[in-house]
Amino acid sequence: MDMSSKRKIRVLVAKPGLDGHDRGAKVVARALRDAGMEVIYTGLHQTPEQVAEAALQEDVDVVGLSILSGAHMTLVPRIKELLNERQLGAVPLLVGGIIPEEDALALKQSGCADRVFTPGDPLESIVSYIRDRCI
Amino acid sequence: MAAYEKPDSLKKIKEAENRWRKEQGETVEAGRSFLTVSGAPVKDLCTPLDVAGLDYLRDLGFPGQYPYTRGVQGDMYRGRLWTMRQFSGFGDAFDSNRRYRYLLEQGQTGLSVAFDMPTIMGYDSDHCRSLGEVGRCGVAVDSLEDMEVLFAGIPVGRITTSMTINGPAAVIWCMYLANAEKQGVPLDRVGGTIQNDILKEYIAQKSWIFPPEPSLRLITDIFAFASRFVPRWNTVSISGYHIREAGSTAVQELAFTLADGFAYVEAGIKAGLEVDDFAPRLSFFFNAHLDFFEEICKYRAARRIWARRMKERYGAKDPRSWMLRFHTQTAGCSLTAQEPENNIVRTTLEALAAVLGGTQSLHTNSMDEVLALPTEKAAKIALRTQQILAFESGAANTIDPLAGSYFVEALTNEMEVAAEEYFRRIEALGGVLAAIERGFFQQEIADAAYAYQQAVEKGERVAVGVNRFASGEPLSIELLRIDPAVERKQVERLRELKSRRDGVSVGNCLQRLKSAAAGTENVIPYILEAVKAYATEGEIVAALKEVFGEYREQPLF
Repeated sequence: MDMSSKRKIRVLVAKPGLDGHDRGAKVVARALRDAGMEVIYTGLHQTPEQVAEAALQEDVDVVGLSILSGAHMTLVPRIKELLNERQLGAVPLLVGGIIPEEDALALKQSGCADRVFTPGDPLESIVSYIRDRCI
Repeated sequence: MAAYEKPDSLKKIKEAENRWRKEQGETVEAGRSFLTVSGAPVKDLCTPLDVAGLDYLRDLGFPGQYPYTRGVQGDMYRGRLWTMRQFSGFGDAFDSNRRYRYLLEQGQTGLSVAFDMPTIMGYDSDHCRSLGEVGRCGVAVDSLEDMEVLFAGIPVGRITTSMTINGPAAVIWCMYLANAEKQGVPLDRVGGTIQNDILKEYIAQKSWIFPPEPSLRLITDIFAFASRFVPRWNTVSISGYHIREAGSTAVQELAFTLADGFAYVEAGIKAGLEVDDFAPRLSFFFNAHLDFFEEICKYRAARRIWARRMKERYGAKDPRSWMLRFHTQTAGCSLTAQEPENNIVRTTLEALAAVLGGTQSLHTNSMDEVLALPTEKAAKIALRTQQILAFESGAANTIDPLAGSYFVEALTNEMEVAAEEYFRRIEALGGVLAAIERGFFQQEIADAAYAYQQAVEKGERVAVGVNRFASGEPLSIELLRIDPAVERKQVERLRELKSRRDGVSVGNCLQRLKSAAAGTENVIPYILEAVKAYATEGEIVAALKEVFGEYREQPLF
């Protein structure tokens, strides 16, 4: 198969909630772009509905949420629910930010998040996780 | 100091240095680079040659004297130590009130309020956008009633309070003033700071509400009201902290913050105010990152640049307008989630830099702030760190003790020159607002943040316990958990308040506020009136949004 004709992995990087800490989201977005992926960045202060709608409209392979406000236990399940409603339940949902370990575990066990990345995780680990999931 | 070296002695020094370098040879270990945290190259050795043009009286002078390079107070910390002001707030007003009283009992000397995201964005706790965010990363304040609870038993006439609030700063400030009056403290005796720095919101922290123009109008209304009625209030805390946290270099932090400061001065003058009527109440807020000398030089350069500009360009005559007074917070972004106890050491180094750089007040981060809001124990260690610096280390005994170091003076000069270059670029773009619209600051910061992260990934920038000497040990400290019931209780209290207050009076106040906002009158008295009628923050902000509109950013990365 000709690799150049293969569709690039499309990733939605989203900032749900009210906090404005976009350093992480932007650094990750750029790292994914540098790794050859197509990145759609929503910008700040998105509602769960806006995030799910963007995932649908942009036909993405992966959704990445960045949350540093502590509202992850409300926002992530809500976004998962809205993705399911749009038949996007199979799209991997990744979360990054200030997420305490037990919350990360709860999000994964409830099936809301496929993977949670926290401070200190190398960018490469995010890139390779997405590649593995999308091949 | 170089200024006292005669030209022929400079020549001799140069010759001696050349000989020394030849003898020394190349001794640098392979693979090591010598860059500041900001990625700027650092010299191995400085001599009088590096500060050959320095004129002591012109460039440094004495503490408390123009151009204030050595500090804004003549007696510096001998007269009065810096204010130990720990930023704090979580849950509802009752929870935070308890923490404030604890911190004051432990010897803290000023308060600093952290609000939750809904309060910062101008939403009440019962708004749909507030779901899951109430009391999470600060305290929820919806109305004057919450402010009354927050400061119950705390004498606001005797302490000063700093409030990190920007978009809705005018509303929260009015709540604080109304509460002070209720405590029997006249407005001219109330002291404190509101951050109120909307420009850096567009640039870095991204908690905006209104578009730039009406936002600046609110700020100049605050200038005018404060200069008449609340003369001890710092009306803007022009903040580099968030610019740095968003990923900027030290020079960008310095330059963008001062550029914002100049923009406020120009806005005040344009609004018809006399520069000396409001400039003395402008204060600053800088980051203290890990690169010890770079940070110290940043503070020294900031004072000199500000003094010169205020005097020479803006014609300020009151020395208080020339003085750059600043608060410092140690760098949250320098902390690591791995082995969080190491953060105590990082914070200590950063705090020492702030003290040697002449800060007026200081917040030391708690070791657990990279993971959650701090526990009481972690917050106490952070405060103790300042107390040890102040009372045990001797660092505060001599004023500006690093002055005259060839390295420190040379780096101070370099940072000033680099900042001036940024001022020229910003001016060429048409000023701060135009540069924001074009995404200039945002792109500069995003580029610097990405470069920093790349350096960490490659191991060029070492984070002990993360990408070097990592132990992989599981986390072993306790974290503060916010009770999920806080949100429900806060919403219930808000609904109860709304049913109890005089709704007609609230409606009338909001109507009058909208008319004032649509015209040119100062809106502060109208906000104060609405607050006193127990109109909520969300209601007041919504009324202003009707007139002013809302800001939208063009996202870039």
